[in-house]
Amino acid sequence: MAGVIKLSRRRFLQVMAGTAGALLVGVRTAAALDRPPPLALLGDAWTQLGPYLRVDGDGRIFIGVRDPDNGEGTSTSLARIIAEEIDADWQHVVVLPLGLGVEDGNGEPRFTYGRQRSGDATSIPAAWADLRQAGALARWLLLQAAARRFGVAAESLRSENGFVIAGDGRRLGYGELTAAAAQLTPPDKAPAVKNADAYRLIGKPVGDIDAHAVVTGRLPYAIDHPADDALVAVLSRCPWPGGQLESIDPAEALKVPGVLQVLQVGPEKDQMAGMTPLAPAVAVLAETTWAALQGRAKLKITWKPGERSEANAGTLELQANALFDTNAPPTSTVRNDGDIVAARKKAARALESTYYQPWIAHATAEPLNCIVRVDPGNSATVITASQAPRQAYTIVQRLTGLRPGQIDIQVPRGGGGFGRRLDHDHLAEAVMLAVADKPDKLKNRPIKLLWTRDEDLGHDFYRPLAVHRLNASIDNRRRITGWHQRMASPSSAVHRGVPADKLWTSELMPDALPAGLVANFRSDWYGLESLLPRGEWRGAPHVTNAFAVECFIDEIAHALKQDPLTYRLGLLGDPAQLPYNGRGGPTVDTGRLANVLRLVAERIDWKRWLRSENGLGIACYYAFGGYVAHALEVSNNGDAINVERAVCAVDVGRPVNPLGLEGQVMGATMDALMTALNLSITIKDGQVQQHTLREYGMTNAVQLPNEVEVIIVPSEADPAGASVLGMPSAAPALANAVFRATAIRVRRLPLLRELARLR
Amino acid sequence: MAQQGLPAGTSLPAMTTETIKPDPVRQGIEIVVNDKRYSHTGDAQMPLLWYLRDVLRLTGAKYGCDKGECGFCTVLVDGHAVTACTTPMAHLEGKRITTVEGLADDNGTLHPLQQAWIDEDAILCGYCQPGQLMAAADLLARQKNPSDADIDKIGTLCRCGSYPRVRKAIKRAALAMKDKK
Repeated sequence: MAGVIKLSRRRFLQVMAGTAGALLVGVRTAAALDRPPPLALLGDAWTQLGPYLRVDGDGRIFIGVRDPDNGEGTSTSLARIIAEEIDADWQHVVVLPLGLGVEDGNGEPRFTYGRQRSGDATSIPAAWADLRQAGALARWLLLQAAARRFGVAAESLRSENGFVIAGDGRRLGYGELTAAAAQLTPPDKAPAVKNADAYRLIGKPVGDIDAHAVVTGRLPYAIDHPADDALVAVLSRCPWPGGQLESIDPAEALKVPGVLQVLQVGPEKDQMAGMTPLAPAVAVLAETTWAALQGRAKLKITWKPGERSEANAGTLELQANALFDTNAPPTSTVRNDGDIVAARKKAARALESTYYQPWIAHATAEPLNCIVRVDPGNSATVITASQAPRQAYTIVQRLTGLRPGQIDIQVPRGGGGFGRRLDHDHLAEAVMLAVADKPDKLKNRPIKLLWTRDEDLGHDFYRPLAVHRLNASIDNRRRITGWHQRMASPSSAVHRGVPADKLWTSELMPDALPAGLVANFRSDWYGLESLLPRGEWRGAPHVTNAFAVECFIDEIAHALKQDPLTYRLGLLGDPAQLPYNGRGGPTVDTGRLANVLRLVAERIDWKRWLRSENGLGIACYYAFGGYVAHALEVSNNGDAINVERAVCAVDVGRPVNPLGLEGQVMGATMDALMTALNLSITIKDGQVQQHTLREYGMTNAVQLPNEVEVIIVPSEADPAGASVLGMPSAAPALANAVFRATAIRVRRLPLLRELARLR
Repeated sequence: MAQQGLPAGTSLPAMTTETIKPDPVRQGIEIVVNDKRYSHTGDAQMPLLWYLRDVLRLTGAKYGCDKGECGFCTVLVDGHAVTACTTPMAHLEGKRITTVEGLADDNGTLHPLQQAWIDEDAILCGYCQPGQLMAAADLLARQKNPSDADIDKIGTLCRCGSYPRVRKAIKRAALAMKDKK
């Protein structure tokens, strides 16, 4: 054991010797530092490694990646950041997804790897702040070890591609140096990280590190994990939000060969959303998935609706409009600059529009599933995709009473997350089933729980329906002098420990543009009531806000007979740093936003916008520290529209992996277009109506573009997260292009259905 | 673990399995999966997907919907793409089935489609890609030089929106397969 370096008040680097002369460097948090890592970390049990870098005697470099990867590409880009600093040969890098780092601190959990969360665009910025140092320290140690072998000063050596090279050309592979390096005393403070001009990996495109495993079908998602002795569980959940189980007759289900037991689970009253089952449910436990599915089909269940029947979308929209029309006092005023009433009185023109966005489901490709093995009093092992493994831990701890060190949360790559895997209701179901009373021969067998697609669509933490009413006051020089944005939605922060006066925080951002650009600016939030569960969805408030704001700016430009691009650039004005209180802050740079707008305009040849037969539409947005703009070209062939071209420019600071970034932006653009064109969850008689992907509208839509032309702005700013950045400006650019193509302004999504209604 | 007030684990009556009569033993369904012979003696109505995943432990074909809508479970049956979730074993007597695990050749050389997927980085979350690959294999077997319209007819969904890269990968593979000949 060689020592510890302090990085900051709470974070440290730790150097260790592994077996067979391996060198280990890890990042540890203050909470965990007073205990040495368990011996297992030092052995060949490499799946238990922390967010460590391990260099083995054979030259392979194992990089443990702490943040879950559900398709964001973090397992590649985080490893790339570390590999850059150690000067690894990328061909010899092995990436290991890490489970939850949790230790027992006198019965309390100590989370040893830091945040371990994905889904809010923080993985890359956080890695930039600490993982680089782990790589730099390992490289420093290897250089020192080589200096002793060569008998020269370390400063005279350089490293490249997994080798240390002396001035006279002598070379030593990292594998030959690890044993000696692990015995060295690290320096008093962390070695400097590289200057960007020395980068060989960061900024260069590289494919997904798991690509080979994916295309050969060998990448094990949680759903693929073999658990030969597991009881397969599929559930039937109450279709009425807030409803109850009235009666259950399992007799026919139990006659299905392979069906073993029928049990009930349900939400606990005092638990927050996502920490307990979402709905009362009946579970069929069986030897195989097929038996469980057949058994579930034979259950005779009577469900009872909840006390209040669920308001359908039409009702909520009527409520929202009634609130706006009567100028009812808002639930919360989110921002109030100047005096919008005075601006209105002085205005030469006033414009108003209302935008309607539906309930949206997550529909992750890999449906929710998990494996839970509980040995009562001794241990629990969980295998599940997750965007927040600590939540998984908390649930297991609560329902089993085990100590922190007895709980193992393994988080393999997930088949999509989109915010759904921030919640772990499925895990609560599985743990409840695992600890439930069972006949002796079934006791202690693990539970392998699977959500079928109908259950996935019918029981989600949905993106809430949103109604935006926008009012603008315009002076006689075509400038916006007043802006009033009112939004009504059922808050996605309910039942999550958020106080009533903060429920707006999941719905509106006080500093979202054009806040700060318009002198008299007010935004208000109106809370709507609904029994439907709701939660995070791909940066949802940004997505819904962008649609309303960027469509409205387009409407203003058209009303004033202005080019929407020129009008937007005029609104942004000279480059300025505006205060931005929220993720990505503390400032938003209007110059960087104007830049991405100009880039997409140039690429799509915007000067055609007035005369071209196809419709051109443009929009821009700022979210999570990144800047994005979309320009779309839409054709109109009588009945049908088609997106002929989609151009997207992003500025996320320094791109760690341009190929990965391009893929994220492409995918998010396609998802945003798919969602805007077709998708909606609707409620009838208190129940969600969509139970298949087709009913939900999810198809490989012919209207989608064949290609997304992605422009990445070169930048030396610290990297921001980008997994949702391609979303917000896509849908408004689409609606704006559709307006140019058809002369129909679509203010309600999904777009295709509304367009057909208006035609 | 008994926590008070928990609805979890409320056992229901009449849950013995003793009264279940086993199905009469029937002749096995003979199939070939990735060049290996198997005989299925279980429920003939079991969909191929669960036979592959639960019985053979071939998990490349993914579960996504039960309805043949998503295409994540697409495999080849006698060279034609089918959704394994909607194909009962009873329909497969004597058939040859290829899953994504059988797409590369015996010594591990990737199929041109697999290589093209890697070269175009057509992965994202990766969950649908085995199904995309098998649907593309079926397409290229019928159409050596597929048009955009041909590719559009592949119904396999991608929740992450990898369609543009999948499209490029199919075209790249088509070229590679032509050059080979």
